[in-house]
This record gives sequence, structure tokens and C-alpha cells, in this order.
Amino acid sequence: MNIREYIKSNTLYLDGAMGTMLQKAGIMPGEQPERWNISHRDEIIKIHKAYYDAGSNVVNTNTFGANLLHYEEDELRSIIKAAIENAMSAREMSLNPNPKFIALDIGPLGRLLKPYGDLEFNRAVEIFSKTVRIGAAYGVDLIYIETMNDSYETKAALLAAKENSDLPVFVSNAYSEDGKLITGASPEAMVCMLEGMGADAIGVNCSFGPKELSDVIDKILSVTSTPVIFKPNAGLPKNINGKTVYDVTKEEFSEEIASKMKLGVSIVGGCCGTSPEHIKTLYDITKNLTPPQITEKNLTVVSSYTHAVEFDDKPILIGERINPTGKKRFKQALIENDIDYILNEGIRQKEAGVHILDVNVGLPDIDEKAMLEKAVCELQSIINLPLQIDTSDVTAMERALRQYNGKALVNSVNGKQETMDKVFPLIKKYGGVLIALTLDEKGIPDTKNGRIKIAKKILKEAEKYGIRKNDIIFDPLAMTISADKQAAKVTLDTVEEIKHKMGVHTSLGVSNVSFGLPKREFINSTFFSMALTKGLSAAIMNPFSVDMMKVYHAYTALSAMDDNCAEYIDFANSVETSEAVISAKNSNNDINDVSGLQDAIIKGLKEQAGKITSELLKTVKPLDIISTEVIPALDIVGKGFEEKKVYLPQLLMSAEASKAAFETVKEYMSGDKTSMEVKCPVVIATVKGDIHDIGKNILKLLLENYGFDVYDLGKDVAPQEILDKVIECSAPIVGLSALMTTTIPAMEETIKLLREKASKCKIMVGGAVLNQDYSDKIGADKYAKDAMEGVRYAEDVYIKL
Amino acid sequence: MNTVIRKIYPPPKINMKEILRYSGVKKSDDKLLSLTEECIREVSAHISYKVCYKKCDISHHGDTVYADSIPINSKNLLHTLKDCNKALIFCATLGLDFDRMLRTFSSSSPSKAVIIQAIGAERIEALCDAFSRDMESIYNKKGLFLKPRFSPGYGDFDLSFQKEVSCLLNFSKEIGVTVNSSYILSPSKSVTAIIGLSDKECKKVNNCNLCTMTNCPFKDDLRND
Repeated sequence: MNIREYIKSNTLYLDGAMGTMLQKAGIMPGEQPERWNISHRDEIIKIHKAYYDAGSNVVNTNTFGANLLHYEEDELRSIIKAAIENAMSAREMSLNPNPKFIALDIGPLGRLLKPYGDLEFNRAVEIFSKTVRIGAAYGVDLIYIETMNDSYETKAALLAAKENSDLPVFVSNAYSEDGKLITGASPEAMVCMLEGMGADAIGVNCSFGPKELSDVIDKILSVTSTPVIFKPNAGLPKNINGKTVYDVTKEEFSEEIASKMKLGVSIVGGCCGTSPEHIKTLYDITKNLTPPQITEKNLTVVSSYTHAVEFDDKPILIGERINPTGKKRFKQALIENDIDYILNEGIRQKEAGVHILDVNVGLPDIDEKAMLEKAVCELQSIINLPLQIDTSDVTAMERALRQYNGKALVNSVNGKQETMDKVFPLIKKYGGVLIALTLDEKGIPDTKNGRIKIAKKILKEAEKYGIRKNDIIFDPLAMTISADKQAAKVTLDTVEEIKHKMGVHTSLGVSNVSFGLPKREFINSTFFSMALTKGLSAAIMNPFSVDMMKVYHAYTALSAMDDNCAEYIDFANSVETSEAVISAKNSNNDINDVSGLQDAIIKGLKEQAGKITSELLKTVKPLDIISTEVIPALDIVGKGFEEKKVYLPQLLMSAEASKAAFETVKEYMSGDKTSMEVKCPVVIATVKGDIHDIGKNILKLLLENYGFDVYDLGKDVAPQEILDKVIECSAPIVGLSALMTTTIPAMEETIKLLREKASKCKIMVGGAVLNQDYSDKIGADKYAKDAMEGVRYAEDVYIKL
Repeated sequence: MNTVIRKIYPPPKINMKEILRYSGVKKSDDKLLSLTEECIREVSAHISYKVCYKKCDISHHGDTVYADSIPINSKNLLHTLKDCNKALIFCATLGLDFDRMLRTFSSSSPSKAVIIQAIGAERIEALCDAFSRDMESIYNKKGLFLKPRFSPGYGDFDLSFQKEVSCLLNFSKEIGVTVNSSYILSPSKSVTAIIGLSDKECKKVNNCNLCTMTNCPFKDDLRND
């Protein structure tokens, strides 16, 4: 019988611990358990058989760590083959008449994925894929991905399972004391991502005893539409006379699980510390219990690596600022590959209160596919808001969706057949909630009925792929009223009908409505409030617009969506403070505290430096500001640092202040890069294998301050990549950073390669473990003991060019 | 076989002087102090204090120390553990969220990033100290004393031993710490170490003296302490 069918109407009993049983059988610490599949076949078969005899329908093969990180391919194949054969033998030998299945067990790799670890996401997928392909070839009934404590790695494993087999896939995660995965995901976020990708069952294993996991299970049950797995430990381990003992009896263990089965858990077993007796007891206690069916929850929900965001009555704000359209400074940042600028736009919008960040980096001059992927990876490494992947390039969309750590909002599909044919399969594969525009080959209909017709067509097409209507959000398109006075009305009526008659959520890019009109904020904010009363679920908007935020907070407070008006009060106070601050600053002190831009930079006052620069720009030429104010200030601070009178944090505060002055000048010159004086290019990187980048980032900031064109390749960068960049931008200087003794060889290798292929390039090195001796030994041109010395060296090289 | 135990500690008391020292500040002023305090407020909620540890058997054969049958070639460690037949081996971490905060501030404010990095350095040391005190109170009652803690990377104790510790403690599963191919731990503020258990009380030693680094900016400070 097919297990997908079986779990629809039956409780499925899994097995208990393998590791605990192997320890009882005498495995030594440090011994690889997977090798026992071959060296101790009878022991493994005995364990599997004991579980089948006890009532397990499924046993997991002894392949928890069977992957390419631990075994060469040939051995891996033999191990997995033997593991499956062992389970098959046990299945034949067991006289238990219940249906019996074999699951290919897949555990975590034990390595953290990039950017905080060193394993590439796609490499992780490849590693899991190998295990899956071998397992599928030798004939298992399902794949069981377990004990994953990182959402990103879980995604890699599930993707590998889906791309390399048609087998059912169960996924269970290990949660921490705070009820989240160790890398931050809540149970709701995991359900969201895993359901989106089509896991057949979702749940929890390992971690703790059943009692401690009770809340996690409840949370999963409250949001999932998928069968739920519960496979906890036999309590917590204790050390008694040198032996590991778990503190929950098999009866308590079984009763606790039974209590969750009454709420809907239907796939049960045990993890560390459990044995066939636990499974036997669990089976005996619960065999007559029929868990209630899991119901369809029909939620519209997206997720990040920490949490899920649900589209419901309370409107969702989608920040629109990461988008080059009409923003010269942003375009410049994209062209210069200035990821920090993009990240800061994200950070600021999060602080302003958006729930989701739109990410659009489409620009004719740049490689959107690579840039979108990079932007998504960088943003999700520091900002925990779900992202809206916004592109019309389907390849860019797929690359971004693949790397995305969660279930994304995707912008967009529309009623054009060609677009639907390309976009729906991506949503089916990677999961996602899709923004669907009500336009098609013939354009945007002028009438509500025209747009509704397209919406219905889109839903029907989505259904063919098994995409449910709650994974679609319609954007009925706000058009400008300056061109058609009926425009807003048609849009609003369409919002109302889609929401209330079709029961589908809506989103709007609000600001289009005022295109071509003066004081657009007046129109936008009123239109936003009208749309909200019609049932608008989400808006792509500018969170820095006080008018728009006013509407949002007032609307939620007035619609009984803001308990005690708490959010409204917070917002109102923040507006008051910022207004007060602005007027205070305008009237007196802060600016008067400093005698000019030079002083502001020396004192490290970022905001003032920006403001004074704006003032100066009214009367002084931009380049004069830099040469008479910024550079002299930097010199004073730089000298102070060298004389040990100014400390590192102070040096950096000044550097940030001067950066603010530069930014203001840049904005003023509308991103016209040619008119800014730039010295030569400098390529900087933390070498392969090293993940420390504070020192390198400091150098970057200072080099930029001193007018160098800095190409920052990040951390853990391969020698070839550094060489390629040096050649591409003809950089006369490279700065390499390493922090650990173990990564100095990588630095040496990089230097060797540069000497061979880019012999003219000067190389400076820095980092905690380096000193003059090391630097000489590995053949660098310069050992810079701190960032200031690095800048001085770069200036020397530049002058001699 | 001894069990791996996982513990979460409450935030240890903050040592402002240490944070400033790690930031490279020798003489602070009000502005630096308030900036540091602001950074502490911003990161506190993003730091967890997790430790996993186990007791292991120590034996000596020639120049090699064995921890639960895993060999370690380190004369410095051999010296530290010379009269111990048991040791505690542990891994402590501030968690991944701290790294995320650090990365965020690297983008938005490098000066704060430097201070936050210093806070992390102070916090992980404080966590290791809290763990040591906790163990001290447990083992002193049993008539055992703790030797100074000794980490891979100290003296001639090779960094590659991180991999072995990972096998002994399974710390990836227990507290989410992983070792990369250069033997660097992630999250970045993580420490592994061995603490010998001895029935003789031992005097405190300064690990700084074991270290062969000559250009360490912190070395003199420590000697002055």
C-alpha cells in the first residue's frame, strides 16, 4: 500500500531510537554508526525487527549521517544499499501483520550554510541529492528528513528529495528550549515553508521529552493542513554512574503522545532514549485511538527564517524602497554593487514598521539574475522580514526563490498564458504566495468586470498546478486618476469584489494612483484609506511617508485590530519625537554645537555632518566641500589614531560622519560618478576559509573615505575570485585579511596566484594572527598593522602610479 | 559512556572595562561609554548563553593525551592535565543571532560593529567563566578541583581538535555550533575547551604566557592585570 494513502486514514507508527540501541549493542564513541550496516548487519537487522515487532509501521534506515561529507561515494553507496537491505530483511522476518514501510533516513550535515557557515546552499542540495538518489534506487518507500535544527538546511534536504525522487517526504525538526529552531525559525515558519514545498508530513523529533515539546506541537497543529509527526526523546538525559538515563518512563511517554494524538497528531514514534518497549507501550495505549483529521486551514502566509506573516484582516505593509525605479542613488548603488546601501534601505524600512520587503533590482545595465540572488541572500542574512521577490525575469525569479530561506511572496504573475506557464511551476516547486496582476495579452481592462474575468482565469490555471487560491493575492492595479478619472474607482470596486465575493486577498502598489499630480502624498494616503475600507489586504508602499503610516495606524486602531491602541500610540509618539527633534535641531543647539563640517566629522556626528553638508551645498561647490572640509578632518582624526590619541571606535565614528557627508554630496550630484574624484580601484577580501570580516570592513570604510574605488568581495573568498576581480577592474592594490592561523595558507595561495597572473598588483595583508614575519614569509608587499596603515600604503601606491 | 549535558545560563554580569579593552579603547570618555551602553542594550536580546559539556576520561601515553580514547598531541595540554584522569570538555556559544546583529551593524554603523564585536568577546569569556564557576561548585563538593581551561588554538594545542570535540559533544545538535573546513567555529562567538579535574588544588596560571604570538595588542594589558 502507498504510504500517502495509508496516512490519510490511519495512525502511522514510526520507530524509536537507533543511536541509543547501537550504544546498547556496544558501539564506541567516535565510531561511525553507518558503517555498522556492513560490519554488524545482524545487530542492525535485530534492531529494525524489534521495532516492527513492537508495532512500528515505518523503520528508518541506519543512514542518519550517510552523506558525501562523511563518506567517499563508493562507500556511501555500499552503506546505503546495505542499510536498506537490512531494513528489508527485518521487514520480511517480522511477523507483525501491520503494513510495513522503509524510510530512507536523512540527518543534518553538521555544517552551517553560508553566509554564517561555509557551505554553499546549492552544495548542500547536491550532497543530499546523492544520498536521495542512491536510496531511491535501492527501493525505499519514503524519505524521512529528521533532526534538522536549521530551516535553510531543511530546505536544501527537502529540495534534494523532491528533485531526485517522487517518493513521499516526511520532515521533522529539532527545536530548542525557546520553542524555535536553533537558527531562529518558529514552528509556524517551518510549517509555512515546508507545506509550500510540498512535504507530505511535518513535525518534531528529538530535542526534548514529549512534555517540553507540547507547545511546539500545539503551534504546528494550529496552522498546518498536513499530517503531523511527533517523535520526541524519552525526556532529558541524565548521567547516573557513568550511564545515560532518560527521565521519562515509557508509560508517561506514551500517555503524553496519546494526548497530542487526540488533538490531531497522527504519525508517532520516539527518538533518543526510546526503545522497542516504548513503541510497544505507545502502540498498545493508542491503537484504538483515532486522531481527528487535520483540516484545511486555507491560510495565506509567507515566511522568513524566523517567522510567518499571515494575510488576514489586518493589512500587511510591503516596503517598496528596494527598487531602482526613479531613484538615481539606488541605481548607482546597483551599478557599483554596493550591497550595504541596499541592506541599509532594508534595515530602515524594517525600523519604519513594514512587514515584508519588496526586492526589485531590475535595471538594464546590470545582471539582474545574479544581483537579485545576491540581494536576497544578503538581505535574508540580516533582516528577518519575509521578502517579496519582484522581477519579470523568470530565471532571476527561480534563482532567488531557490536561495530564499522561507516561503516568499512573489511579484508577479498575470493573465498572460506565457507568463502563467513559466511562473506557476516555480511556485509549485519552491512554494510561495503569488501576486497576480489582473492584466493579460490585451492589457489592463478598463472595467471591474474585465479585471475580475482575468482573476478567475488565473485561479483556474493555478488550480491545474495544484496551487490553491490562498496562495494567490490579486493586484487589481492602481492606475493614475490624472489620465482617467474613473481609474481609482474601478480599482477600488475590483478590490471589494475580489475580497468579498471571490474570497481572495488583494494587494496594491498604492502610489501609482497619483502619477502626474502635485503633492502626491495627499492622494496616495486617502486612496490607501479608501482601499483599506474596501478590504485591501496589503499595500506596496513607502514606509517613510508619515501620511501613509498615519492611515495605516489610524485604520487598524479604528477597525479594532490594535489592542489598547498600543501600536497607534507608539507610532504617534514616534512622530511627535521626530517632529520635536527636527524643530529643536533647526532652532538651536546640535548644529551650533559644532563649528562646521570639519568639526562634525572630527567629533563623529553622523547626522550633523550630513545636514551641514546639505547646507554647504547651497553655496559651496561639492568638490570644494570635500577638499577643504572632509579630507582635512579625516587627516586630523587619522593622525590622532596613529598617535594613539584617537581610538578605533572614534576613528570609525568620524569615518561614518564623513561617509554621511560623501553620501549627501553623491545624492546632490544625482549619482553622477564621473564628477566625483576617485583614486584607483582597490580589491579587498577575507581569504578562503575565514569568516571574520570586521577588520576588512573597517579598511573598506576608510579607503572609501580617502577616495578609493573599493571592490569588497566579502569573506571566505577563493583565490581565483580575487584574481578575476583584480584583472577585471585593473586594480593596482589588493588587501587581504585573515584572522586564524589555519587560514594563512589560503592567503599564501592567493598571493601566489596573484604573483603569477597579476604581477603588477601590490598586495597588503592584515588580520589578528599576522605580523611582519608571516607577511614576509608568504610574500606580501605590505603588512598593515591596522586600517589606517592600510590607507597610508594605498595612498603611497596610488601616488607612484 | 558519559552523557552530554546541555545548560542555559542567565546573562553573566557585564565587565565594561573588558569591553572597552577589546574595542581598542585605553581611555574612555562619556561619549564612548554611552555608545557602548547603547550597543549593549541593542544586542542583549540577541545573545543566548548555551553550553554543552561532558566528563571524559583522560589517560597519558608518552607525549600523547587521550580524551575518551581520542588522542591529542599537545605538550601544553599534557602539562595542564598531568595529574588528571578526568576532565570536562565543553562548548559554549552566544548563538547565531549575535552574528546576525554584528553583520547588520557592519552595514549600518561600523563603529558600533567594533564595539558589538568587543561585547561578544567579553560575553563569551563571561559565559565560559560562569560555566567554570558552576562546575567548580559541583566538583569541589566531590573533592575535585578545576584546572585552568584550555582551548584548541592555545599554545601547541592544534585548532583541528575542534573537529574531535564536535564528535565528542555532538555540539551541532546540542547547541547549534558547527566547525568549518578551516576549523573555525560558527556561530563566531563560540568556544570549546578542556578543563582538567584534579584532586589537588591548583594555582591560577596566565594562559597568555603559553602563547607564542608576539604582536598581540592585548598581551601587555593582561600582564598588567
